[in-house]
Amino acid sequence: MLTCKDASQLMSQSFDRNLGLMERAGLRFHLLICKSCQVAYRQLDFLHQLCKRIAAEPVDVASMQPGLSAEAQERILKELRRKQDGQSTSGD
Amino acid sequence: MTLDKNGNAGCLSSPEEWISQHGDYLFRFAMVKLRDEHLAEDAVQETLLAALQGQQNFSGESAERTWLVGILKHKIVDLIRKKVREPTLVNVDEHMDFEQDEATGAMFDETGHWVTPCQDWGNPDKVLEQKRFWQILTECLKRLPPQLAMLYSLREISGMDTEAICKDLNISPTNSWVMLHRARLGLKQCFELNWLGSEQAGVK
Repeated sequence: MLTCKDASQLMSQSFDRNLGLMERAGLRFHLLICKSCQVAYRQLDFLHQLCKRIAAEPVDVASMQPGLSAEAQERILKELRRKQDGQSTSGD
Repeated sequence: MTLDKNGNAGCLSSPEEWISQHGDYLFRFAMVKLRDEHLAEDAVQETLLAALQGQQNFSGESAERTWLVGILKHKIVDLIRKKVREPTLVNVDEHMDFEQDEATGAMFDETGHWVTPCQDWGNPDKVLEQKRFWQILTECLKRLPPQLAMLYSLREISGMDTEAICKDLNISPTNSWVMLHRARLGLKQCFELNWLGSEQAGVK
């Protein structure tokens, strides 16, 4: 018999690998009889699904983040110009 | 492809324009994946430097931004790899002992049952605006040991498969499963604390 701790381990791994036949059967049976693990599985799946959605459209979530700071823009531009100069001299 | 006297391909804008037109977009994209301002700035810089170097490879078939985001994705993964390999962070053994861990160890009693019954969060589509979820997730990830947070974010937010992660970080699949399990339970617990009460209070 699986404990809730074992079951939670299998739940987590089900997101990372294909569970074996016995593992799936064990988890399914445990979920049938354990209300708390049913809820836990939904919670873990919820986290997984929302992360997946964010991975697909990161900028949608990011729109509330501030953009690139003026200092960072300046710094990056300087690096780019330096590289550009280096390229045009070595390219000639 | 024809290049002008500065070595710029005709169909691409100048680096100044890259920054003004795509800088914020690229930075925000990187922030979501890296959750660290400095790393995200590095990612943007390295992306644009690589773009400058490789602009003759720009086929013009995709939009400029799509092309830059493609480069950025690789740079982000590189930066995360570098970060996870930092000696101060890499200590797999420390994260392997489930029982020793205060947060996750305390979630189960000695018979392996949940100490407190799990509370239902309802239907994710209805309950939570994506942005609010992201806010709580970011805060909760900060509360995890850094290496667990990194691993979780490689797996779930960058969507790398476990095989690639294990190869990169030089850990066994079993290690990665144990660590991801701990990260997920830690997050579950943090969400439980901050979920319904989150309207009134900040993240605990």
